[in-house]
Amino acid sequence: MNSIVAQERIIALRKKRSAQDLRFKYYGFIAMCLALAVLVFLLYSIFSRGFSAFQKTTILLEINYDQEVLKLTPDSTDQEIEKGKFFKVKKNALNNVFENLSKSDAKLIKKLFSTNIDKEIKNYYIDNPSVLNTTQKLWVTAHSNVDQMLKGNSRRDVPEDRRKLNDIQLSFIDQLVEEDRIQKEFNNFFFTRADSRHPEIAGIAGSFMGSLLTLFVVFILSFPIAIGASVYLEEFAPKNKLTELIEVNISNLAAVPSIVFGLLGLGVLLNVFGFPRSTPLVGGTVLALMTLPTIIIACRASLKAVPPSIKEGALAIGATKSQAVFHHVVPLALPGTLTGTIIGLAQALGETAPLIMIGMVAFIPNIPTGITEPSASLPVQIFLWVESAERGFQEKSAAAIMIILLFLFMMNALAVYLRNRFEKKW
Amino acid sequence: MVENNNTKISAKDVDVFYSEKQALNKISMDIKEKEVTALIGPSGCGKSTFLRCINRMNDLIEICKVTGSIKVDNEEIISSSTDVVSLRSKIGMVFQKPNPFPKSIFDNVAYGPSIHGLADTKSDLENIVITSLKKAGLYNEVKDRLNEPGTSLSGGQQQRLCIARAIAVNPEIILMDEPCSALDPIATAIIEELIDELRLNYTIIIVTHSMQQAARVSQKTCFFHLGELIESGETNKIFTNPDNTKTQDYITGRFG
Repeated sequence: MNSIVAQERIIALRKKRSAQDLRFKYYGFIAMCLALAVLVFLLYSIFSRGFSAFQKTTILLEINYDQEVLKLTPDSTDQEIEKGKFFKVKKNALNNVFENLSKSDAKLIKKLFSTNIDKEIKNYYIDNPSVLNTTQKLWVTAHSNVDQMLKGNSRRDVPEDRRKLNDIQLSFIDQLVEEDRIQKEFNNFFFTRADSRHPEIAGIAGSFMGSLLTLFVVFILSFPIAIGASVYLEEFAPKNKLTELIEVNISNLAAVPSIVFGLLGLGVLLNVFGFPRSTPLVGGTVLALMTLPTIIIACRASLKAVPPSIKEGALAIGATKSQAVFHHVVPLALPGTLTGTIIGLAQALGETAPLIMIGMVAFIPNIPTGITEPSASLPVQIFLWVESAERGFQEKSAAAIMIILLFLFMMNALAVYLRNRFEKKW
Repeated sequence: MVENNNTKISAKDVDVFYSEKQALNKISMDIKEKEVTALIGPSGCGKSTFLRCINRMNDLIEICKVTGSIKVDNEEIISSSTDVVSLRSKIGMVFQKPNPFPKSIFDNVAYGPSIHGLADTKSDLENIVITSLKKAGLYNEVKDRLNEPGTSLSGGQQQRLCIARAIAVNPEIILMDEPCSALDPIATAIIEELIDELRLNYTIIIVTHSMQQAARVSQKTCFFHLGELIESGETNKIFTNPDNTKTQDYITGRFG
């Protein structure tokens, strides 16, 4: 074949080859667009559903803090105030929402308010004791049914027997709206309260705190163990069959379904060692076991990425092996190690299945303050709320997903920041 | 120049194996004190392997096995009872590619003295660092920026920093493994001048690919080929009138 024939062949095939290039470029582009579209759809559906949870509906109530009704005096002690007849004050206020209410209507009115308003009325008095014997206008929390109706999450054009609110209640709401006695305001309960049976006063503070405490336990347990194990395996362990077996099985452990770790926690931590059930301590221990292999793999990768010339340089001037490793290799690997750990923590943050096994799926209406107190965690909270029949919990679960996504996003951002900030070039 | 006849390093029947493959075969040589000995030869001939036997850096390679005898100041170093850490404090090493620690210039030089406890006070340490940088001919270039990272220096400066780092521990021997192969000609010339000065106080063994460099800096030259020591002797003689035809062929550029 002479060079002219060769050139002709090359040109003939060249078109096909460049078409191949172009096709591949478009395939890639289409794949990326699809992924992006799904992501946008997911985020849109979560955000559009969840945003309303950041607002709550409140109704203006005129409350007469009558000394006689409350059975309190200006000199009452805290204990006496605690026992004050605030429910009577509330009852009077509810009966006077509209003029000339019949008994049955008053009952219907009562159902427009949250069961929490007793406390709200009492807390207002505790904060402002001077209101005794005066009438105060107070914005109090509306019932979730009202809240959902006004947010448009429940429909009012369905037959009355399939609605939570009947026609009379709807007319009351309309009247309140007309008189500007009903409003939407920032839902502070969502961020300051734990779970509740009543959607209008349920919040994520409890499960958020539970997640934080759990992650704290995970970090305390897994970071030192992972660093120790990976430094040993990477720098000190003799290369023999046993270490090879360990290495292979670390990768295998990383692939074990998380529910198996949950069963391990149930069988060993709870039943044998008697760890307190449903607590961040046991949850964190289980999640630490689960994330350890991932973190060890990431740590070893970053130790491996440190150029051997640095270690050789240290050894050549007479550093001992551990000096070379801990003065030079480990500090250089630390940014990568931290990044790997944070990615592992992010994985632990989103994990639900193992926590269900060790009882962190329980209904916990308190905000935990220590790692040995029963608590929920964010993903389990979402799981619980999604399962609930009450419509009010749906927006709550979407909002909780937004919070957990934000949390994850911040952790990943921290990982990227640490890597860029402390990574050294050589 | 006054000839001295003190043998610093004496190797006898050194064999090195990488797994089954023999890399060095019965190497025996004597290296004199305060001289520059150049190891030359084509790639893969085992000259770097021999160099790394002297400070036991081959220990880092798991599959590497060294037999035979190397004596430094009449003390056997190829034995399991050798204290490798103190051996390496006595024998400094400069690598092919400059490998300063990603720390400040000061910390790079101060690392050796501080792990060996050579300085009692901070000012002692500063003195050692400054003297070492001066000996390596780098002090004037970096005296205003000792706290800047060593990796910010140019290649040639980094290599001199590595030399300063090695001599900060007061070694008697300096091993250089192709120290100029990653440097430009000007940086190379500076390092070669430096080697010439260091020769007054240190025994230097240098592996080099450049025969001109061997001819310029060394007093003794050893020619390796396929894991064997073909010829060794005075540099002048090796380059002008070698006994062995292989040496003749190599230095005239017929192979390698």
